[in-house]
Amino acid sequence: MSVLIRGARLYGEGDPVDVLVADGLISAIGSVEPPEDAEVIDAAGQVLLPGFVDLHTHLREPGREDAETIETGSAAAALGGYTAVFAMANTDPVADNAVVVEHVWRRGRETGLVDVHPVGAVTVGLNGEKLAELGTMAKSAAGVRMFSDDGHCVADPLIMRRALEYSTALNAVIAQHAEEPRLTVGAQAHEGEIASRLGYAGWPASAEESIVARDCLLAQHAGARLHVCHVSTAGTVDVLRWAKNRQGPGFISAEVTPHHLLLTDERLATYDPVNKVNPPLRTGGDAARLRAALAEGVIDCVATDHAPHPVQDKDCEWAAAKPGMLGLQTALSVVTETMVATGLLDWRGVARVMSERPAEIAGLPDQGRPLVTGEPANLVLVDPDAAWTVRGAELASLAANTPYEGMRLPGVVTLTLLRGRITAREGKIG
Amino acid sequence: MASRPRGAAEPDGERELLSSGDVARTIARMAHQVIEKTALGAESGDLPVLLGIPTRGTPLADRLAARIAEFAGVAPPTGALDITLYRDDLRRRPPRPLASTQLPVTGIDDRVVILVDDVLFSGRTVRAALDALRDHGRPRSVQLAVLVDRGHREFPIRADYVGKNVPTSRAEEVHVLVSEVDGRDAVVLRGKGESV
Amino acid sequence: MKHLLATDGLEPALATAVLDTADELKRTLLGREVRKLPTLRGRTVITLFYENSTRTRVSFEIAGKWMSADVINVSSSASSVSKGESLRDTALTLAAAGADCVIIRHPASGAAQRLAGWLDEAGTAVVNAGDGMHEHPTQALLDAATLRERLGTLDGRRVAIVGDVLHSRVARSNIHLLTALGAEVVLVAPPTLLPPGVEALPVTVSHELDAELPGVDAVMMLRVQAERMHGGFFPSAREYSIAYGLSEQRLKMLPEHAVVLHPGPMLRGMEIASAVADAPSSAITEQVRNGVHVRMAVLYHLLAGEDEK
Repeated sequence: MSVLIRGARLYGEGDPVDVLVADGLISAIGSVEPPEDAEVIDAAGQVLLPGFVDLHTHLREPGREDAETIETGSAAAALGGYTAVFAMANTDPVADNAVVVEHVWRRGRETGLVDVHPVGAVTVGLNGEKLAELGTMAKSAAGVRMFSDDGHCVADPLIMRRALEYSTALNAVIAQHAEEPRLTVGAQAHEGEIASRLGYAGWPASAEESIVARDCLLAQHAGARLHVCHVSTAGTVDVLRWAKNRQGPGFISAEVTPHHLLLTDERLATYDPVNKVNPPLRTGGDAARLRAALAEGVIDCVATDHAPHPVQDKDCEWAAAKPGMLGLQTALSVVTETMVATGLLDWRGVARVMSERPAEIAGLPDQGRPLVTGEPANLVLVDPDAAWTVRGAELASLAANTPYEGMRLPGVVTLTLLRGRITAREGKIG
Repeated sequence: MASRPRGAAEPDGERELLSSGDVARTIARMAHQVIEKTALGAESGDLPVLLGIPTRGTPLADRLAARIAEFAGVAPPTGALDITLYRDDLRRRPPRPLASTQLPVTGIDDRVVILVDDVLFSGRTVRAALDALRDHGRPRSVQLAVLVDRGHREFPIRADYVGKNVPTSRAEEVHVLVSEVDGRDAVVLRGKGESV
Repeated sequence: MKHLLATDGLEPALATAVLDTADELKRTLLGREVRKLPTLRGRTVITLFYENSTRTRVSFEIAGKWMSADVINVSSSASSVSKGESLRDTALTLAAAGADCVIIRHPASGAAQRLAGWLDEAGTAVVNAGDGMHEHPTQALLDAATLRERLGTLDGRRVAIVGDVLHSRVARSNIHLLTALGAEVVLVAPPTLLPPGVEALPVTVSHELDAELPGVDAVMMLRVQAERMHGGFFPSAREYSIAYGLSEQRLKMLPEHAVVLHPGPMLRGMEIASAVADAPSSAITEQVRNGVHVRMAVLYHLLAGEDEK
């Protein structure tokens, strides 16, 4: 079984070429006659990129299967152009042991639409008090290489220091949800003019920036790898720039979510909790700095922080609502809107921030690879000229909490291949 | 009040029923009737109280009182009784600003109260006024004076003093204009799509 | 007016109309034996309170009853709220049961606005009786009514709002309403109790109460909530009282005509000296009295004539 993608522009550059995929690999690039059994896809000049890698996804299984399952989340990922996702550990039970991470890993394999890599918890029960068995999870079938208490900050500096030190022996990375909890007690929205006017308890930028600064120093002293989750403030960008210059490449990395690139706290006047997210939507100034930092490489990659919630957790008063937004199926479009349409990134840049860098950070050998013969055929085909209107109810996720409801966004994923197998095509699975 | 314009478009036609001079003469005639009916005179005991129903009933009450004073030599106390909060058609209209209720210092208890309004139509305004009056005191009797009675009553209510009876169709509107509010005195009939 | 959710964005003409109606209602009811108007006969008004509040709830209840509405009080401890029913379901239940108006107090900012969204279809009016740290519009209206009464007008008058502005919905509602009606507002508070981004509000800011007092026509003292005293917002109650309390000494620094307001409940001796609260400049009981008339006016503007729309 082989697939011939006819007339695609690799990274959106140069003339259209044919790409033949066979046995899970890119077997030929150029002008290719289709083998007899080949499925031929007419790409008509669309952009071919390496399949996307999401370092930050909440698949909710086990525990909240009313919001998302590994199956529905995998479908959303495939439709969004992803070939690998990292499932955060804040499930119920928490993925703080080998049994749970292996379960998630196995369920992902069974579903087979995207590589599901479980993220292990840093501390037992995400409590921030006692290190989880990082080594056992690393050596499990799931081969965990990324640990995070995401949703919670590893706030205790001593625990964070130990986690960073310990992770060096596992060739793992600690992904920190940077939020000083003492500064965000009761916090509901970005601290500033708008929150003050609307009466939201403020969520100061310094709560994020102070932890990022601290963790960069701890990581440096430990010689460990730190990944900063969902960077949301201009100040964090400055801290990251300083730390990366000081530390040299390979130690500190960072991600930004699509929603922090596009949305701002201007949206909060409706009190509609679909806009409630952690970290909160910041100002337009922050969003502009995040875009520039992503283009420049100070922020390495885009990660969705895909966070499904059932309707009752969102159709309520703001304070009672759960934070989080869907992201897997809209990420490429938001990146197209904020980075490509603005000229900040070309398609090679999109490949870097959505595929290559995240694969490197997570140490995935077969993802984010160059589009050359012999490489694994984890691919996504994007129609850069098409646009679509987001409808939460039509997304593959069980939940529908997209903040982009009704928005028309550019960039459509038309084909996703996982190791040469079509996982999504023209908005449909398989 | 029911006959006032409510943001209606320019009327198709307008006919003057009473001129400024007619209005003055009508009020004078009504003053004489009040004097006669209430047996007013210099040796009268408690004078009747004239309560105008805002907006246009208030100046009409004042004018009526002035003429009574002129003819009878005694000036009956006047006041205003806003009935907005007592209306039974509030739900059907946009909220309207409240007018002032001003009762004379003499009060209304055990007095003859004469309610004064511009147009008597369905009788709903008067019914509301009677309710309002009850909350302000206990008059000995209540009478009603209107400049125009245009018919179409929906309640068993009739006026004691009528300036002019005007047979109308329901589609028509009768407007009493008073200089204090409208800049001139007149009574006009506006038809709705009917030639006048 | 369909709902009253905030003074932020409330048309000054509409606010003035409500205040004028309140004045008229006050005059109408003055000295009457039977303080009852038939205006809202047959209308059902529900107070839905998720926070304890005696004065606001009672004030709304009296307002509704004086207008002959049927007033039903629902409080969180006595309802299915404590059984975990969502705000949305509670709201829809009340609307289905025939509420013409829901008056809500809720600890979450924006709760009233959310409620209005859910009840839009049912045509039920919503009055915000205090939502989190956001707004308390009827309090601002009654404050404005009291100031108009005492000062004649708000236009060009200078009002100091003193104390915990950060957490105060009363302060927010007053800032918007008083400035919309032409007053100048100066906020006097320690930096820890001022909202971040305060520069964007149409106010001036001061940390020196003594410097402001001689130049104001009114001073509105905000309540210092007990939990703030332990939140590290200021070192001690004593220091707060010394710096920002309205003492008898400070009362003398005010111009002769100046008015002292407090939304209550007061902490005598903390933000306001007992003698100041009871001084002739104090309009604190008038505020409560005007509260009823203002709330009657709000119900009148919401419920009389709603079918027109």
